[in-house]
Amino acid sequence: MDFVLVQLLTGLAAASSLFLVASGLTVIFGVTRVVNFSHGSLYMLGAYIGWSLLTRLPREPEWFALGVVATALATGGIGVLLETTLLRRIYRAPELLQLLATFGVVLMVQDIVLKLWGPADLSLPRPRWLRSFVVIAGERVPFFDLVLIGIGPLVLLALWLLFTRTRWGTLVRAATQDRDMVAALGVDQRLLFTSVFALGAALAGMGGALALPDGSANLQMDLTVITDAFVVVVVGGLGSVAGAYLASLLIALLQAFGIVLLPKITLVLVFAVMAVVLVLRPNGLLGRPPAEARGEAHVLALIRPASRALRLLGAAALVAALLAPLLAGPFLLSVLTEMLVAVLFAASLHFMMGPGGMASFGHAAWFGLGAYGAAFAAKFLLLPMPAGLVAAPLAAGAAAALFGWFVVRLSGVYLAMLTLAFAQIVWAAMFQSVEITGGDNGILGVWPAAWAADPRVFYWLTLALCVAGTLLLRRMLYAPFGYALRAARDSALRAEAVGLDTTRIRLAAFTLAGTAAGLAGGLSAYSNGSVFPTYISIGRSVDALVMVLLGGVQTIAGPVVGALAYTGLFDALLLVTDLWRLVLGAAIVVLVLAFPQGIAGTVQRLWLRGREA
Amino acid sequence: MRISRRTLIAGTAGMLAAPAIVRAQGSTPIRIGEINSYTAIPAFTVPYRMGWQLAVEQVNAAGGVLGRKIEVISRDDAGRPPDAIRLAGELLNDQKVDLLSGTFLSNVGLAISDFAKQNRKLFVAGEPLSDALVWENGHRYAFRLRPSTYMQAAMLVDDAAKLNAKRWVTVSPNYEYGQSVVKWFKQLLAAKQPGVEFVGEQWPALGKIDAGATVAALAQAKPDAILNATFGPDLTNFVRQGNTRGLFEGRGVVSVLTGEPEYLEPLGDETPEGWIVTGYPVDSVTDPTNKAFIEAYKAKFNELPKMGSVVGHALITSIVAGIAKSGSVDTEKMADGFPGATFDTPFGKANWRALDHQGTLGTYVGKTALKGGKGTMVDWRYVDGTDALPPDDVVRKMRPA
Amino acid sequence: MSVLAVADLHKSFGGVRAVSGVSFAVAPGEMLALIGPNGAGKSTCFNMLNGQLRPDGGRIALDGQDITGLAPRRVWRRGVGRTFQITATFASMTVRENVQVALLSHHRRIWRFWQPTSALFAAEADALLDQVGMEAQADRAAGVLAYGDLKRLELAVALANAPRLLLMDEPTAGMAPAERVALMQLTRDLTRRQHIAVLFTEHDMDVVFGVADRILVLNRGELIAEGDAAAIRADARVRAVYLGSGATSGGH
Repeated sequence: MDFVLVQLLTGLAAASSLFLVASGLTVIFGVTRVVNFSHGSLYMLGAYIGWSLLTRLPREPEWFALGVVATALATGGIGVLLETTLLRRIYRAPELLQLLATFGVVLMVQDIVLKLWGPADLSLPRPRWLRSFVVIAGERVPFFDLVLIGIGPLVLLALWLLFTRTRWGTLVRAATQDRDMVAALGVDQRLLFTSVFALGAALAGMGGALALPDGSANLQMDLTVITDAFVVVVVGGLGSVAGAYLASLLIALLQAFGIVLLPKITLVLVFAVMAVVLVLRPNGLLGRPPAEARGEAHVLALIRPASRALRLLGAAALVAALLAPLLAGPFLLSVLTEMLVAVLFAASLHFMMGPGGMASFGHAAWFGLGAYGAAFAAKFLLLPMPAGLVAAPLAAGAAAALFGWFVVRLSGVYLAMLTLAFAQIVWAAMFQSVEITGGDNGILGVWPAAWAADPRVFYWLTLALCVAGTLLLRRMLYAPFGYALRAARDSALRAEAVGLDTTRIRLAAFTLAGTAAGLAGGLSAYSNGSVFPTYISIGRSVDALVMVLLGGVQTIAGPVVGALAYTGLFDALLLVTDLWRLVLGAAIVVLVLAFPQGIAGTVQRLWLRGREA
Repeated sequence: MRISRRTLIAGTAGMLAAPAIVRAQGSTPIRIGEINSYTAIPAFTVPYRMGWQLAVEQVNAAGGVLGRKIEVISRDDAGRPPDAIRLAGELLNDQKVDLLSGTFLSNVGLAISDFAKQNRKLFVAGEPLSDALVWENGHRYAFRLRPSTYMQAAMLVDDAAKLNAKRWVTVSPNYEYGQSVVKWFKQLLAAKQPGVEFVGEQWPALGKIDAGATVAALAQAKPDAILNATFGPDLTNFVRQGNTRGLFEGRGVVSVLTGEPEYLEPLGDETPEGWIVTGYPVDSVTDPTNKAFIEAYKAKFNELPKMGSVVGHALITSIVAGIAKSGSVDTEKMADGFPGATFDTPFGKANWRALDHQGTLGTYVGKTALKGGKGTMVDWRYVDGTDALPPDDVVRKMRPA
Repeated sequence: MSVLAVADLHKSFGGVRAVSGVSFAVAPGEMLALIGPNGAGKSTCFNMLNGQLRPDGGRIALDGQDITGLAPRRVWRRGVGRTFQITATFASMTVRENVQVALLSHHRRIWRFWQPTSALFAAEADALLDQVGMEAQADRAAGVLAYGDLKRLELAVALANAPRLLLMDEPTAGMAPAERVALMQLTRDLTRRQHIAVLFTEHDMDVVFGVADRILVLNRGELIAEGDAAAIRADARVRAVYLGSGATSGGH
């Protein structure tokens, strides 16, 4: 029993830590609808700034508290900077574009922090009071744990008072429910957004500073915390602060007791919890169904047949791609092969995300399952490469159909996060099944068949399959199925009222997208000669998202352009600079500002305007 | 911060400025391709880079090898195996490097090793600890410098047995390195100390340890001793919670890698005393070779070397020695010539084993202690890699023919 | 025989009776208005007919076949077209494509992945658009249409499955008064020619009395009157309900 009590307290302390980060994220999302990927970066900055302040301050508790508050103010200030210089310019852009912008910020902050604070982990020397403990039920409970246990509910209370007892809070709540209404009431929305973002950033920074007594400021903490924070926010219900606290409790307590019973569950627990919650409650624990955002219709562009000029351009690009091996060296060829794979991967995500309206944060699941499907076929069934390349899309498609059954019933960020949960479950399965998959060391020796061993031949094969796959997806979008899919996205109500089974249509699209991603994964497996769990990692899913958003969600050429631009930039920068993250991040930010509809989307818009003028 | 590329370019520029010398030697520099996770794992790889930069400088100052200078072409793999493989291709085909080297992560190391096998090019791995690199997946062209997870466990197991503890628990990051350390440690300790029991295990996800809960769960098993394989940020969290909650009091702790400066330094004045660890007692080594290395490193970078620096430095000297013995940079000649080559490292002499291409570079085993508010290693001894490897026939069975 | 026959329909929400014991029938080609003050149960009644809500009790029959509790898309398959109070169209498509999608669904050609849509049922779509006077706007995006045009587009879409019955929920809401009567006259002309029954709810009494063949009056979930315009105008209970509730003809 004593152990249960102690573990309960430990769980409560962990819950508070989680809540501090998640509360800021949920407040920001609730009001601005920004999926703030850089929230983890603000948390990391909080830890580093906190370290710099607290190591210089006296070691007494009151100075510690002051240092934490100062850190929160500092990150709040960084939040203001971020909001006014970047996010404010793109609120009118298509949904999720802000995610792309904040992803650029994540990359930049990683290099900036490395430059400012160096590569070593920085730990804050703990004064005596931070090391002290209280004996409860015969067990030592760290004093700081008790502090944290108190801070969580205090912050919750403070936020509640702020939102219910102040005019500002009333406006924020109103904005959470209906942005347009608040704007119509003549409230300065810009100021409201900026202040909300500052509050969220300050909470993140405070969370980072408060993580110092238990650990260190390090360069991995941004990405470590961001996924957990998102899970908490989604499980709690987007925009619900109380829900975030409830979700933090649920996850932290399950974790505290879960690792006693099943020590290896650490990899997957939070995602399994999220999957279960979302399947049972599609809007999280305390979330409300999202109100149909007004004015969104304007964002949806018509899909017209490609113009003559675009067709010529495409044909020219294809000819160039066909002839490339005659000029390109082996390395350039491998980069081009990678680009082709990326094109199909991005096109497959675009298929469900653009016309299907189903953004996914876990698209790497299907890419990875395709890769593993090919690797299993090659290594265990000893099948030749063509069979492996058939197995890849089939395996991915079957899994997508299975998981999709749950996924397509959801919408928006909830849907995206459920795909992430499934992707993480798949990842953990591949990671943990060491006997079959080799765990994180992966499966090696998945090299192409002898007839395709020449990089040029393999390139042409990849070109054929990826171009065919991408064109097939494109063709489907112009076919009745594609119209039905867009119909389900544009107005599910109307679609059902003209006899369309929107659930089935969305599931079919999800499965097709998974199948195509699986083919891309299979090609990638043979092209790299190996398969790893990293193929299913969050980073890989983010890559797909970045490519689609960079190119433009609303144009069919978008994912192609985005994939070429992103992989091209990445590969080139990796060769020329140590600071590739800084440059790539800055490039993404600039591209977002210059092409708010995505590269292809904005170019198309300018082109059409030019023709109509 | 000192950044490699700038110094590298400066070095290259220096050579270009003296073309007469190069021409006099009648040849171009030997090109060593190097790949590592510079942005993904900077805490280790930044000192590592400084280590090989120093070695390159020293080797070239001493006239290079085979009458040629050496040159390192370095790439960042961002911690992603597929990117590492592509970059290996770039180094091979575009940069025309004579051999490949580097890597930190085991999966990246294994991927490049497989690439090297496919392309019949030499690959000298520095840091990756996976046993598979030279055993299950070993091949003619792959070499690995550092003591593997097996060797790390084997080096610690003697002292662990001396603890005479019956009930053990383990805490280890949940991936191949952690799993492998625990597997070997259990196996070797059980052989040495019959009747030993492993009564609990914790597998925190790398970088995501829930330290309070982990510590409480370990204490719950009422162990006599603890095996730890966490490192980096996880280790700091674990030690702090363990200290406050008294997990380590009256218990023996055996801890892999913890004595390495990159992981010991962040523990600061909370470094627990008396842990049996592998590492690098950089502040107290007495061996003249090691001291010379430390002095040279300090002179160049104005800080003490870390374990990564040693690996980076020894990687270059081990390659240079292999090339010298082979008398050529032809891949087949190097694959024949590297085995048996002896090289100097900051830790002393080592060689490339002919049996499995494992380097015999060892590491220090000692106890952690606090000195002036900082963690350090005491009662240390250097364990040569040769002494921490299984019998030859066992190795032969694990290595594919 | 009647197209739609509703018998003893019931629906409660948390103990509150929204619709109670409603029965009526609609004949082919007939235009039937369902009116009543706010909260009378019109929307609930409508949503049970179109499949959005499942009744607690009672029976709905279309052409003698039971359709009670069927999902909206199955109700549509049986030959029921719909328009919405707030227009629902496919904003990323042209006007013609909106109609084409409905036609594709009607002809069960949705699960085609190869043939381009542009060539499919384009002529039929144009014919439907012609009927509602939208042919000139066929290539415009639905997302940029004026509200009255959206209503006419919805009408064309609703007619695409050659329905036996048209359900129109507040068809003229949000339109200028002059447009309202015109839209309903158009509807009346189209449906009468094709013997399509129309059931609509409406706030605007000028529209109701102007086009409806017959009028049903709901109050507090119950049917209180039924008859032609003259009969309803004269009905004492209807007058009491409307005057009592403060609503007057044409009010909003």
